[in-house]
Amino acid sequence: MKGEPKEIRLIVNGKVYELRVKPKTLLNDVLRKDLKLTGTKRGCLESTCGVCTVILDKKAVRSCSILAVQANGHEITTIEGLAEGDKLHPIQEAFVNHGAIECGFCIPGRVMMAKALLDENPDPTREEVRIAMQGVLCADVGYVKQIEAVEIAAEKMRGGE
Amino acid sequence: MKDFEYMAPKTVKEALSLLSQYQNETKIIAGGQSMLVVMRQGLLAPEYVIDIKALSELDYIKYDEGEGLRIGALTTHRDIEKSPVIMKRFRVLSEMERNLATIQTRNWGTIGGNLCHGDPAGDPAPIFIVLNAKLKLISQGKERIIEMENFSKDMLEVDLHPGEMLSEIQIGNPKPHTGVAHEKLMVMQGDAGIVGAAVSITLKSGNGICEDARIAVSNAASVPLRAKEAEKRLVGKTITPPLLDEVCQVASQEADPPADVHGSAEYRKEMIKVFVRRAAAKALERAKEG
Repeated sequence: MKGEPKEIRLIVNGKVYELRVKPKTLLNDVLRKDLKLTGTKRGCLESTCGVCTVILDKKAVRSCSILAVQANGHEITTIEGLAEGDKLHPIQEAFVNHGAIECGFCIPGRVMMAKALLDENPDPTREEVRIAMQGVLCADVGYVKQIEAVEIAAEKMRGGE
Repeated sequence: MKDFEYMAPKTVKEALSLLSQYQNETKIIAGGQSMLVVMRQGLLAPEYVIDIKALSELDYIKYDEGEGLRIGALTTHRDIEKSPVIMKRFRVLSEMERNLATIQTRNWGTIGGNLCHGDPAGDPAPIFIVLNAKLKLISQGKERIIEMENFSKDMLEVDLHPGEMLSEIQIGNPKPHTGVAHEKLMVMQGDAGIVGAAVSITLKSGNGICEDARIAVSNAASVPLRAKEAEKRLVGKTITPPLLDEVCQVASQEADPPADVHGSAEYRKEMIKVFVRRAAAKALERAKEG
């Protein structure tokens, strides 16, 4: 039947959720409305801005452009899954300490983009960081600090100081 | 977005059976990176959506010295970009993928979904046209192979019969001394192309005369445009800068581009000259190398 809810199982930040969702529900809606994980933002809804970026099976994707039913069975990490208690993830810490956050709206998406990049490529060139950061738009034009913050975080994650 | 009935077959066989059962008002979704946008805009409101994204049977890149390259329709853009065999033997595809969309879209979007969306602004179709690619279309108990060039029918319309789906893209090995290049005009890397041009040039060994040429342009008509008149000017000649000037003029004359917020038809015609020329010059250079 049209619009009939489907049962799905999502693993979000390591926790298993069993949900019933309408087929047209976007992954972004499930994260924000059903799971109350509002760190993931909702931006343009047309796959342009990238603020809704989350990590699905180790890859950065746009949660506004994936149906929740298509994420069935997959493992998702959102910004809420990065910090360990009060201890920020090195990428979050670098963004805060380096003054890379202006209004902050794009930051959750951008941090997830950076995490996907650094998990796959711990020592990216500046060009590689820039290309990854292109996937999330910043209306404050704070790109330089953001790129530098990713490089600072990369160094720390590699074990340097 | 309007409600729809959702089905997620587990195998290709099951998908084809569902497709033969639900032939009307049905759309296949793969990555949905283009389709969900038009569904949200209300331009598309299917009754039934058959989700094939998880069919791993159609997610592969195979290469064979004799047969050439075979790409499963559900291979993601990112996997094509990163495939060592594609980087080595069909580097134009890897280069195209880096500019096709942002990383997030390339991570989830599939090559087959892109082709079946039938957007004349898309990057892969013109490149597959100049590579002389063929598409394998399957339906219950049947399959047919068609030329990529004949797949696009009109804006967002492709030659898929009811009950049919794209399963594979087939690309033969290019002849020796062939160079292929793609250039596109975009505001930012990963944006949709305002115009794009793919050119393949094959030179005769020894004398450097052009033996074969194929030119295809995106956003130049309601379907990916093959600029056949421009191609004819190259064949049988030694390619010189003045000849390239002439060829890109002819390609621009063959185009009937759309006008939108990104550019007027006149602007696109001018840019087709620039980008066909750039792609042709690069293809020529590559043809000379190997």
